[in-house]
Amino acid sequence: MLRIKNLEAGYGKLRVLKRISMHVDSGEIVTIIGANGAGKTTLLYTIAGIIKAGAGEIQLLGAPIIRTKPEKIVAAGCSLVPEGRQVFATLSVRENLILGGYVQYKRKKFQPDQELRFIYDIFPVLQDRESQLAGTLSGGEQQMLAMGRALMAKPQLIMLDEPSTGLAPLIVKNIFQIILKLRAAGNTVLLIEQNAKAALGIADRGYVLETGKIILQGPAEDLLVNKDVQRAYLGREVCNEGARCDLD
Amino acid sequence: MYWDKAKECMSREDLEQLQLERLQSTLYRVATHVPFYRKKFKESGINPDGFSALDEMRSLPFTTKDDLRDNYPYGLFAVPLRDVVRVHASSGTTGMATVVGYTKNDIKNWADMVARILTATGVGADDVVQIAFGYGLFTGGFGLHYGAERIGASVIPISSGNTKRQIQILQDFKTTTLVCTPSYALLLADTMMEMDININALSLKYGLFGGEPWSEEMRTEIKNKLGIIATDNYGLSEVMGPGVAGECRECNGLHINEDHFIVEVIDPQSLEPVAPGELGELVFTTITKEAFPVIRYRTRDLARLLAEPCSCGRTLRRMSRVIGRTDDMLIIKGVNVYPMQIESILFDIEGTEPHYQIIVEREGRMDKVTVLVEVVESIFFDQMKKQRQLMEHIKKRLATELGIGVDVKLVEEKTLERFEGKAVRVVDRRRL
Repeated sequence: MLRIKNLEAGYGKLRVLKRISMHVDSGEIVTIIGANGAGKTTLLYTIAGIIKAGAGEIQLLGAPIIRTKPEKIVAAGCSLVPEGRQVFATLSVRENLILGGYVQYKRKKFQPDQELRFIYDIFPVLQDRESQLAGTLSGGEQQMLAMGRALMAKPQLIMLDEPSTGLAPLIVKNIFQIILKLRAAGNTVLLIEQNAKAALGIADRGYVLETGKIILQGPAEDLLVNKDVQRAYLGREVCNEGARCDLD
Repeated sequence: MYWDKAKECMSREDLEQLQLERLQSTLYRVATHVPFYRKKFKESGINPDGFSALDEMRSLPFTTKDDLRDNYPYGLFAVPLRDVVRVHASSGTTGMATVVGYTKNDIKNWADMVARILTATGVGADDVVQIAFGYGLFTGGFGLHYGAERIGASVIPISSGNTKRQIQILQDFKTTTLVCTPSYALLLADTMMEMDININALSLKYGLFGGEPWSEEMRTEIKNKLGIIATDNYGLSEVMGPGVAGECRECNGLHINEDHFIVEVIDPQSLEPVAPGELGELVFTTITKEAFPVIRYRTRDLARLLAEPCSCGRTLRRMSRVIGRTDDMLIIKGVNVYPMQIESILFDIEGTEPHYQIIVEREGRMDKVTVLVEVVESIFFDQMKKQRQLMEHIKKRLATELGIGVDVKLVEEKTLERFEGKAVRVVDRRRL
């Protein structure tokens, strides 16, 4: 699905990503975990074409998308759900969703009602709020709206940037359930999270990003028991799966 | 039959992507956590962050057994000891062991690799696996053990030795799969014949043999005598243990677990890669190991890579069986022995001369080692008792330090051949 080799990117002279190589296979949930400032968002933005890559290769479904315009990348099948939702606050839920289908709209076959029904199946609450202004939704609902809006473009790969930010734990759980549902419906997900434990809990594989480099990767269950990951990102509570924890 | 079809039948392109990703982060981790590699990279001007293609492997420095010994015991570990859940060791040239460690994930991956090899032979959850490899610091026993458990087989951890008991259990426990060295398999077969046991009445179906080089003729003999499918497997503790590579039912080369190891074949003199398919020294880089990663480890094992795809469907490349060694290491009863080890023990013992010869023979099925030692003249004029004492003393020292029993013969001064150039200390009369 997505294949990245030796990707470098940054802001001005600041090199943020240093030779990132990674891939996402069809039907997978892959997560990138890492601390603040590790380069997670930069990586997603570079894939989405919002930040220009300095060097390297990005392939989406076998076709190079490096230095392609963001709207072309969306049309090629890769949608981004940005951090902090960024819904159009003054538009209604329905209008927000329809805008998400813009690339579909340009194709003649676009049938907004059918697409909306599909989104409402996944997020019934959005149907209830259909004509409400997006700005009046709760944080969790806005996150669902942002995800629904991205899905309207019928992406092959959906990239989520910190969907848990600013949400109550119960809502986070809900959002992660929905991500699992998306995968079950055949979507491929690239998930960026600071909440490493939750992300690794639903992902198939993970990459650990540190100061712009991938320092570790593997099946999510392996990363969960990796001591470096535990120390850096998971806190102590998971060590030894409930057995006695070290007290030092 | 596959254990992990997605990995074992990966396309080359996907595999190379995976190898690059894993290699890049391995290089980062060893450069950050292992002072030895950090220093080595610096000396050879390697920027571990600057690595962008598998071809660039060639610029990386080699790691040798000496490096492992110099960093005895834990110097090359890439994680703190508290993350290590297992330690194994193997013999070294001067009697100092090389120590390797495993994290929880390493053990899991190891079991998976062995599971692939067992599955490729045909072993499954219904099988009863008798593991007659030594358990302990040697990786053989535990390596196969965890893999067999992973596939759900019933494991009999009998360990090596005690042939009569092995045979008893082989019969009574209805063992279907035998795991040991090929020479031990033949010894078992011959002993059973001597004991008039009807081998056809056994439940035995499969044999996974490794730990020492063996030939196609030997395979045929094992197959005929035991009536089983016999496959070869390869591994070394410095890289992982058994499970680095193993044969499928085609019995035509060993599939290397390339998603965990990058293999190269080099000319041991020029250190350059050999032409595809040529014989050379195997060099492995681990790309998933956490506790004990090695970069371009020179195995000293000679083999060739087979380029043609295998009809079993696995895309993991195959290596030929190991054909020899680039150094003078002997494999005796599956145990690695260096002549230097014997030499340094002899030097240590008073009354011996620094002239000796090691004779390796195959007596029946088993290896037999005789060490001829020159002793100072005075001993031969002394009483027999003193001679015998010295002999027993040497025997005991060799047995404790080598881990295998050897015969010792004392000879008079200047009776062993003297060499002008490189001394031929070892006479290997085994025909494998």
